[in-house]
Amino acid sequence: MTTPLLSLQGLTKAYPGVVANDTVSFDIGQGEVHALLGENGAGKSTLVKMIYGLVKPDSGTMVLNGQPFAPAEPRAARADGIAMVFQHFSLFDALNVAENIALGMENPPKMGDLAARIREVSETYGLPLDPYRTVGDLSAGERQRVEIIRCLLQDPKLLIMDEPTSVLTPQEVDILFETLQKLRSEGTSILYISHKLEEIRTLCDHATILRLGKNVGECIPTETSARDMAEMMVGSTLQTPERSGRDFGEIALDISGLSVPSPTEFGTALRNLHLTVRRGEVLGVGGVAGNGQDELLGVLSGEITTAPDAVKMNGQPIGKLGPTARRKLGLLSAPEERLGHAAAPNMSLTENALLTGSVREGLESNGFLKWGETQSFAERIIEAFDVRTPGPDNAARSLSGGNLQKFVIGREVLQNPDVLVVNQPTWGVDAAAAASIRQAILDLAAKGTAVVCISQDLDELMEISDSFAALNEGRLSAPRETTGLTVDEIGLMMGGAHGMEVAHV
Amino acid sequence: MDLSAINPVLLIASLMVAATPILLAAIGELVVEKAGVLNLGVEGMMIVGAISGFAITVESGSPWLGFLASAIGGALLSLLFVVLTQVALANQVASGLALTLFGLGLSSLMGQSYVGIKPPQMGKLDIPVLTDLPVIGPILFGHDPILYLGIALTAAVWALLKYTRVGLVLRAVGENHDAAHALGYKVVRIRIMAIMFGGACAGLGGAYISLIRVPQWTEGMTAGVGWIALALVVFASWKPWRALLGAYLFGGVTVVQLNLQAAGVAIPVEYLAMSPYLITIIVLVFLSRDKSGAPASLGRIFHATH
Repeated sequence: MTTPLLSLQGLTKAYPGVVANDTVSFDIGQGEVHALLGENGAGKSTLVKMIYGLVKPDSGTMVLNGQPFAPAEPRAARADGIAMVFQHFSLFDALNVAENIALGMENPPKMGDLAARIREVSETYGLPLDPYRTVGDLSAGERQRVEIIRCLLQDPKLLIMDEPTSVLTPQEVDILFETLQKLRSEGTSILYISHKLEEIRTLCDHATILRLGKNVGECIPTETSARDMAEMMVGSTLQTPERSGRDFGEIALDISGLSVPSPTEFGTALRNLHLTVRRGEVLGVGGVAGNGQDELLGVLSGEITTAPDAVKMNGQPIGKLGPTARRKLGLLSAPEERLGHAAAPNMSLTENALLTGSVREGLESNGFLKWGETQSFAERIIEAFDVRTPGPDNAARSLSGGNLQKFVIGREVLQNPDVLVVNQPTWGVDAAAAASIRQAILDLAAKGTAVVCISQDLDELMEISDSFAALNEGRLSAPRETTGLTVDEIGLMMGGAHGMEVAHV
Repeated sequence: MDLSAINPVLLIASLMVAATPILLAAIGELVVEKAGVLNLGVEGMMIVGAISGFAITVESGSPWLGFLASAIGGALLSLLFVVLTQVALANQVASGLALTLFGLGLSSLMGQSYVGIKPPQMGKLDIPVLTDLPVIGPILFGHDPILYLGIALTAAVWALLKYTRVGLVLRAVGENHDAAHALGYKVVRIRIMAIMFGGACAGLGGAYISLIRVPQWTEGMTAGVGWIALALVVFASWKPWRALLGAYLFGGVTVVQLNLQAAGVAIPVEYLAMSPYLITIIVLVFLSRDKSGAPASLGRIFHATH
């Protein structure tokens, strides 16, 4: 093998209380697609931030094309041919596509010329994009195209992609992969970060696996099974949730022909929505983020009220009722955003337990709070869901994302809901904890709870749901039984490729 | 009641004078807010500018030096806001209010020996032929240079925000400071420059009141003009030309109501006195219904996490 494009040697970065990267070393070859695998919190993001010049390593060196490489800021990294597509898009909603792209370039041409180049590059790589549209109005897939084109216009030598497929439909993923393979054939190296193993097996030439900040192994993905890679990532054997055959009861939740506008400026309105869930059934709602998921959760939880008849629970109209009244009836929900929506960041776990549990657990009487019982309720959640925290007096914000997620889901599950609505229940949770959350949802369904699970993780939905429907631009497809559903069919339900086409060159 | 005493040409000429302090302060604050910073200390920076400009003009005899000093005075006071909000990461609303109170107190202290003095006057533009034209002469060509500076500044800020790289980066910082940081832009540095520009403009606006509009020094003489400028920025949807329109509207109603008072119209003086505030805000509320939103990072504290 010739000299690698980029060689990392003993990179270490410590934050107070945690070593994010501990003497990580590996090489990225010329024209190679190199995967960086690891759980959330394994240190992948910190590592790429060091390569991109956003974070300075405490020790260790990098060598780019035989030259020492220590970018002081992203500008310097870009000048040396490093480009990055961020996991959380670094875009400006109120600016248009061309302006967004100009901001990521060192010496942007005039707006008119830039728009022409954007059109040219977007057609070459099959990523159609109008330079003058406002970014706030674009879908998640289109926003990612903006980021990718911003990188491509700089002719990068190394393209870093941080979890690029988490917001795409299967068809969009295929097209993204064609674009990446085309780039590889042109000699561009790609550092591809993901925890989706099948993707890495189809795309990548080489993989480095991180666990708790350390490089724990390398492999050739095409020659390694997904299970072996997963076990290297997690460091232990995995348990898959079990589901037992279930009989469904009567219809517990019924929405017919509901249309509501979105409460937020860049949100998606729900259009003519039909949905029924029976007792004991898990309905999985898939779809790319931003297609009405937040609005659907709001309608079900009572944050968005509608005409009384539009939402029915056990035949009773509840559309006009707010969240607390619905909780009383047994409809509980756990939204996606943990800090600020599902939990109040600066309040203790006990106080957070009270916030949703007071009605069903009887934690207040005549306006006075029963702190003793609330605390034991919080302790029960911590115990049952293995929440790692010193105790229920700790603030919600002090918990890691995965631990807080376990708490937020556990809090609703332990209240024995008749209908449970969850949005992204295992987002940012490591594989073992995700498995236990899914198991808890399945156990609840086995006891006769109707569950609506909104998620962007298709594997998760296939694993736990009995029927599947997809949200696309605020419309919900007709639910289908999960057994026998193929990935292609799911992709079509999710709205196909959103106008993407395959690379032409 | 004698409405014929009101001369429309003089009325328009004097509304431009009445509007200029608000316009200068509003344009400065517009740039600050476009960069994502909410500085509620406009009133404080204006009055410090008013006394700085007044004192230097009296001491040096040159209004030009006075205006320069007012810009420097306003910018220096805004540095206090910079230290509080950009370095110590304090809450912007509280810091801005504190800046206003501090500025009012500081200006009284500075101005103690200047009460009742008349400052040297700044000359007015006098172009042969043009200034002597009927009607348009006094309206377009008969003012002091700072009034034209205000209009030029509006045009410059508009062009800067719309057509230049600097303007684009400024808007980006105000829109999403985390993303701008990730792209390698110096969020804090850009904001400091914007805040100081805002301070300098507010200072100029204050000195315009104490040196040209009134012209003398009295305590608290800005009398809420800074707050009107702040409201103007919001209701002008962060658009420079709309801020100019709003400022002229406010100046216009102010001048008209003064004239009506002088002409003895049978409306209680209190209603006339409140009319500029009411009418300006009502008109701008209707204009701002197109929902062109505030900079998304406005007032949020930026903390680079790494």
